[in-house]
Amino acid sequence: MNNVCVYCEFEEGKIQEVSYELLTKGRSLANQLNCKLEALLLGENLGGLEKEISRYGVDILYLADDKRLYPYTTLPHTAVAVGLFRETKPQIVLMGATSIGRDLGPRISSSLTSGLTADCTNLEIGEYEDKKAGKKYENLLYQIRPAFGGNIVATIVNPDNRPQMATVREGVMKKEIVSDTHKAEVVYLDAGQFLREEDLVVKIIERHMETSKVNLKNSSIIIAGGYGVGSKENFNLLYELAHAIGAEVGASRAAVDAGFTDKERQIGQTGITVRPKLYIACGISGQIQHIAGMQDSAMVISINNDANAPINKLADYVIQGNLETIIPKMISYYKKNIK
Amino acid sequence: MYKIIVLAKQVPDTRNVGKDAMKADGTVNRAALPAIFNPEDLNALELALEIKDQYPGTQITLLTMGPVRAAEILREGMYRGADAGVLLTDKAFAGSDTLATSYALSCAIRKIGGADIIFAGRQAIDGDTAQVGPQVAEKLGIPQITYAEAVIGLKDQVIQVKRRLERGVEVVECKLPVLITAHSTAPDCRPRNAKRMMRFKRATTLSERHSTADDYLATHTDHPGLSITEWCAKDVNSDLVQLGLGGSPTKVRQVENIVFQAKESKVLSTADADIEWLMQELISQHTIG
Repeated sequence: MNNVCVYCEFEEGKIQEVSYELLTKGRSLANQLNCKLEALLLGENLGGLEKEISRYGVDILYLADDKRLYPYTTLPHTAVAVGLFRETKPQIVLMGATSIGRDLGPRISSSLTSGLTADCTNLEIGEYEDKKAGKKYENLLYQIRPAFGGNIVATIVNPDNRPQMATVREGVMKKEIVSDTHKAEVVYLDAGQFLREEDLVVKIIERHMETSKVNLKNSSIIIAGGYGVGSKENFNLLYELAHAIGAEVGASRAAVDAGFTDKERQIGQTGITVRPKLYIACGISGQIQHIAGMQDSAMVISINNDANAPINKLADYVIQGNLETIIPKMISYYKKNIK
Repeated sequence: MYKIIVLAKQVPDTRNVGKDAMKADGTVNRAALPAIFNPEDLNALELALEIKDQYPGTQITLLTMGPVRAAEILREGMYRGADAGVLLTDKAFAGSDTLATSYALSCAIRKIGGADIIFAGRQAIDGDTAQVGPQVAEKLGIPQITYAEAVIGLKDQVIQVKRRLERGVEVVECKLPVLITAHSTAPDCRPRNAKRMMRFKRATTLSERHSTADDYLATHTDHPGLSITEWCAKDVNSDLVQLGLGGSPTKVRQVENIVFQAKESKVLSTADADIEWLMQELISQHTIG
């Protein structure tokens, strides 16, 4: 009762990365609050996954294995989750801010009349004072997120309603295994207990999921292009440099919107968050929303014509000039000096 | 033939926030930003209009909760093809989070008499939460289909919708009634229609008529085509306790300007010597290679 619960997303036999990241954060929050970490896993053919989940320090795993729960549809998952939460009364529920989490989260929070904060970039525990009502609250979840198009950061709290719910994007939190031998207590739920005929009204007719060709999250070197790259053709320069030094190519939202490259390469608040060893920004001005997705890069190099580009303030090295001149030189001097 | 409600919101244009938009204390200066029809709500309206193209008797009602000036987007929607507009406005709604908002909207939808299909944009560009649509569906007890890119089939009481997800597409089928949220990848909304503009440009809400100095406008209260329905909290039988700040489980503890830690940067030129030096540095530090 009153624990931290993480809803784990299941797709094509695997638990999604964002769920592992949230289990790690959930473990840390549970430690701070002196309570347990629970996980909720709904799907089909879930055998063996309890071992994976346990490694992240989960104390109790609620699991329902039923063909009506895969692929994900709103009403069945909502029915099981709400039914469970009404009994277990978690104080905090976390889920990934994915097309599933953003579909399921609001449905659950409306059912339980609880507060939900979407796309949190940070979660902390703290106190809150409602001066008007003269009430003080301890150990609330601070749900920190950008707002107003990403131009400000707001800290949201749910003082009274439970559970306190938050969704978090993939890559924002870091995952960390607690122990390879840790074993969660598994509680098997009978989906039939929660599902009604009406919950099955949405039927999936077709599904075409593609595995991504781009792996930015695990790249230690990223070369990202912005609107300043100028064209789809110029983006080839970035691919060439990436090929030469073993990097992946990313992009700012402006470059993606302009059609220079694909959405799956987008880095930033509405794209992916990355933490590479080296981030080479080419023709990126450095909007807040983009920086939010790469500010934890260990080293930043900015290649830009504009000496006043905001991203330059974050850069360890700033190369002022045209990337058509600079990138070929970088490639040739790299090849010359690498032995 | 079908009764459709489209949920829309008038929002500050946060996509182009310049220096004037942020005040010195880090709070937002909403007055400095133009108010627009939330982009994904326009996609939602287009999906509704495409159904009306296919089934001409279809009635599309645009519903918005907001201050008196939100009537502007209702007129805009009617210029593009919506048949009627409803403005839900009341001081009691101030400070509503998504839950309180979805409660108010669901009360208004019940008062309208429900619908076969409710369309809404996936999310608004000021809150960016994508919560109101699903929460309204839950409160009405109807199924939801989010991230909709297109309606690919509609016959009698069954609809087929194509969804655009992170890693691909999914086609789902559902029995009406249903609430559908439109993704920005759905078709853009068609432009204003000149005839409809002539017809609806004098359509106003009661509040607008009371506050205008235009006598013509003020006297035409009865013409049905010129009246945009305006409801307050009481009109939609809502429970005050569930409205506004008091009815919002989430509260804002604080708001901050975003500040990034600036670093000491080394500025290099495009000269060969500089670039070669940089590559050598990176290699020797084992950052690359």
